[in-house]
Amino acid sequence: MTTRSVRALSGALKPLFSPRSPQGYVVAVCHQTHKSTYTTIAPPARYGGRHTVTLIPGDGIGPELAKHVCELFRFCCVPVDFEVVNVDSTETSEDDINNAIMAIRRNGVALKGNIETNHNLPPSYKSRNSLLRTTLDLYASVMHCQSLPGVRTQHRNIDIITIRENTEGEYSSLEHENVPGVVESLKIITRTKSLRIADYAFRTAREKGRRRVTAVHKANIMKLGDGLFLECCKEVASGYPEITFDSMIVDNTTMQLVSRPQQFDVMVMPNLYGNVVSNVCAGLVGGPGLVPGANYGENYAVFETGTRNTGKSIANRNTANPTAMLLASCLLLDHLKLHGYASMIRKAILSTITDSRLHTADLGGKGSTSEMVQSIMDAIQSTGPRTQRH
Amino acid sequence: MALYRVLSSSPNKPANALQSTLLNMQETIREPMVQDPTQFDVLVMPNLYGDILSDLCAGLIGGLGVTPSGNIGANGVAIFESVHGTAPDIAGKDLANPTALLLSAVMMLRHMGLHGHAKKIETACFDTIRDRKVLTKDLGGNSKCSEFTEAICQRMKDMD
Repeated sequence: MTTRSVRALSGALKPLFSPRSPQGYVVAVCHQTHKSTYTTIAPPARYGGRHTVTLIPGDGIGPELAKHVCELFRFCCVPVDFEVVNVDSTETSEDDINNAIMAIRRNGVALKGNIETNHNLPPSYKSRNSLLRTTLDLYASVMHCQSLPGVRTQHRNIDIITIRENTEGEYSSLEHENVPGVVESLKIITRTKSLRIADYAFRTAREKGRRRVTAVHKANIMKLGDGLFLECCKEVASGYPEITFDSMIVDNTTMQLVSRPQQFDVMVMPNLYGNVVSNVCAGLVGGPGLVPGANYGENYAVFETGTRNTGKSIANRNTANPTAMLLASCLLLDHLKLHGYASMIRKAILSTITDSRLHTADLGGKGSTSEMVQSIMDAIQSTGPRTQRH
Repeated sequence: MALYRVLSSSPNKPANALQSTLLNMQETIREPMVQDPTQFDVLVMPNLYGDILSDLCAGLIGGLGVTPSGNIGANGVAIFESVHGTAPDIAGKDLANPTALLLSAVMMLRHMGLHGHAKKIETACFDTIRDRKVLTKDLGGNSKCSEFTEAICQRMKDMD
């Protein structure tokens, strides 16, 4: 059937279907219990070439963006079925997050929105996002911040990959108050995890043809902790002679980032500095609405928006920028080796972003989320592949 | 990891009606600080975040060469300092930009209650920089440190 005849047929059948609206997207769950043993190989396709991916909508703008991802995937006939697992952030029990973790173990890969952490709950309540990352040992948080055409920013030609250690450091949640009013927080840096993240950074740099890796630290003050991290990076660097390795203290790094960000290529750092630096980088290329993020472990991968915000203040107003979440879904497709679909969607997103009339509020425009998603679907439709409108 | 953001009713007046907002540090660092730092007024934070954020802010306004600072202790004991490095490569050559240390001295004068003198020196310094006629190399000019200082002194004489 030619594309034109498909369109004509769907046009003729349109009156028979209800107006397009996000339909239920929970599908049969594949109850396989085998444990993945690959490192960077995508899980095998199941049930006739279709992948099952865990989807955690999260809070704030998460659910609406998740709906748009499902809509877009359905439209493009992507062979992915989502197993939706909701995590209630107001619940103190850990059942929800444990279900989510189990689903991710089952499927090997997930797309998630940020789960809110209520600061008013007692200290024993751990961040659900953090629990997910540490339990699944998603040790590398990777964010690729690139200047996008059509987005006006102060600095141009930015292309930085930030690789953040995701499971230890200042996020170990080990705090105690031996004396009232005196709190001690433990920052844990281990040789094993530092070597692992450094190796990940250099491998990534090599695979992507990058020339320079910068380790960000504060070893002049935290001589043992960050000193160990830096030492591990140097050790790993010696095995990659074609890549230049240097290091920079975190305060100088943030200063350099806001004055001359083009000097950076790949950056590797412990958890907290990674949080700060990756957020600064996201701000430099246009804000949290644009940058996708990925969390990789030995066996699992979880994709989300890069800066991990719930966007509570703009939830359900149809004003959130869907770019970050949609680009994260493209990273997901690349991970599943569905490169054709990933490129197609990514190309459509980037072409839509160049049209400033569609920019959402975070980019200074007045566009809505649904208009942007519609425009992306139109762009995909116009390139000719088989699509599915309801 | 919380930052208290204190907004004054008008940017130049001391705050009468204060409104404090608890901000998550992540939200502060990310888009607002880098994309629209003008929304911030006073930020208070623990040691490490202060180290990072103060350098980030210095980067936004032109770097450590023009950023003053003060360390305030109990009983009014205070040390004011520029936070740039020792720059051994240009030491003794009359090339350094004195703005950071000069503005730190202005902070010191304010701390001592000598607001009139502080205002005068600050205005003269800002006007000299704004004029762009006599600037040190780091600000894009060709003048010496002593020439830049002389220009500020001349402005102050003209003010009297």
